[in-house]
Amino acid sequence: MSAPLRVLIVDDEAPARSRMRDLLADLGDVLPVTVAGEAANGRDALRMAQTGGVDVVLLDVRMPGMDGIELAQHLQKLERPPAVVFATAYDAYAIRAFELHAVDYLLKPIRVARLQEALSRALQSIAPVDVLRELQQAPRACLSAAERGKVHLIPIEDVLYLRAELKYVTVRTVEREYLIEESLTSLEQEFQERFVRAHRNCLVARAAIRGFERVGAESGEGPWQVVLAGLEERIPVSRRQQHLVRELAR
Amino acid sequence: MARSINHNANTGALPDFRNFGILLRILLIVNGIALLASLLQVRTFEQLPAQLTENAAMVEPLLILSMLVLAVAGGVLRRLPYAAAIAAVMAIELGLTAALHYISRAWIFVEMHSLPRWLLIVALTTGMLLVYFDLRGRALSPALAEARLQALQARIRPHFLFNSINAVLSLVRQSPRRAEAALEDLAGLFRALMADNRELTPIAREVELCRQYLDLEQLRLGERLQVEWHIDNMPPDALVPPLSLQPLLENAVYHGIEPSEKPGVVSINIYMLRDRLYAVLRNPYRASGDHRAGNKMALANIRERLQLHFDVAAELTAKVGDDTYEVRIAMPYVKDKKT
Repeated sequence: MSAPLRVLIVDDEAPARSRMRDLLADLGDVLPVTVAGEAANGRDALRMAQTGGVDVVLLDVRMPGMDGIELAQHLQKLERPPAVVFATAYDAYAIRAFELHAVDYLLKPIRVARLQEALSRALQSIAPVDVLRELQQAPRACLSAAERGKVHLIPIEDVLYLRAELKYVTVRTVEREYLIEESLTSLEQEFQERFVRAHRNCLVARAAIRGFERVGAESGEGPWQVVLAGLEERIPVSRRQQHLVRELAR
Repeated sequence: MARSINHNANTGALPDFRNFGILLRILLIVNGIALLASLLQVRTFEQLPAQLTENAAMVEPLLILSMLVLAVAGGVLRRLPYAAAIAAVMAIELGLTAALHYISRAWIFVEMHSLPRWLLIVALTTGMLLVYFDLRGRALSPALAEARLQALQARIRPHFLFNSINAVLSLVRQSPRRAEAALEDLAGLFRALMADNRELTPIAREVELCRQYLDLEQLRLGERLQVEWHIDNMPPDALVPPLSLQPLLENAVYHGIEPSEKPGVVSINIYMLRDRLYAVLRNPYRASGDHRAGNKMALANIRERLQLHFDVAAELTAKVGDDTYEVRIAMPYVKDKKT
């Protein structure tokens, strides 16, 4: 392998990025690398990785907004996902989880030799998505949908409802729909503070609920349905979830 | 002599009669004894109020007078050897009892028990209280020895240490001078952590420590961390438990600044009002967002150390506002007495 390894540095702290750049430069002839880019947050990182030309992402675990573990999951949806090497200064939980799942990670401050070892191993071992999912402690900041090799980030606060279809879950925002390959049950667990189940196949965002209507407006006896902010569509409320109408109506 | 909390460790020492907590304890215990005595004296419950009033007529004036005299004489008394101090307290109490007894008999014409009986009661009560405070002092002294350990436990998060070292490493090549300054700050911080933290320290020094800490965080976080100091009305000589502010700032940065991509302000407000020292720390707070554990630890630790030094005269409260988190410390203004 003669072409240098193209590395993307992701860390919210500028000094940490500059340190990483120095270390990569020090690798020099032992392991030729080029810095493909630097990002201070997950969204920028995904955009940079999206354009291609990144072999390995050096990823800080703790970042505001979207943490490293979440970003790694979104990166996996790229057509040619880059290898990921996690770096952390001290995060007892993450370190235990990495050990448990045999995910390679770097401890900051990082030694050059250790960095070289991790980079040369990175291309062979890529942490599978389900392992990353298990490493995730807090709910993700975004969902991600892959469309024709491009990954869209959907900030979770933009989501109005999540509806289970046959194999997919439809994610609805004011602008449009996305399809993601996840289970509604696990989404419900992850985002239980944000969403509430309207019926068997649908979770609606609590914050988006504008009110409730009955279907047959004249008779006033029909089943209830949810009115969501910025959406013509109404979501039916199942008989078992009728109590929501009382609890959430404003 | 710096005011320290370990000098009533083994040899026994009088309690600080100016401390509100001590006064409160004396008040409660003496009145408890008076109630018990009244209960023993009466045959039926109906007689209790009358008996209580009768006893109170002697007990309460004596109690209040004693506390006043002891509070005034406290400074002198505490400088005496313990045995002499006990004798002095006993003499004061018995003298006051005799004086009050005489005044009541001569001018207010209250029917009283005989003087020897009162003298015995007062001597026993005073003795009991002194034994109680001595035991309490002894019971607390292991806790006091542990205060240093606790201060260490309240210390800097490893997360901060390793990230700071990493930040310093990043400076070594490009700007060696800034790296030097950062290492000096780090050394200062750790010197403070490893010091014997049982002695109170001037607040000016604690503030300096906080500045060193914040400079290091600034290095990592850049403009995301904005600091506002309001310390124009801070008496620099006021004594505080060491590491009573720095861990709170660390919390503020960890919970208020780091989880956000946007810049946030940490404000520190230290001032004196009517002989009390206040420190108010505020940082941004987002109800949603990641909840990180470990916040309560530092608060509990500092609260405990404040209590060890000032008993109930100090308090620490934390308040969650709409988008701010506020910690407020109030404690007596104690000056560094150089003797």
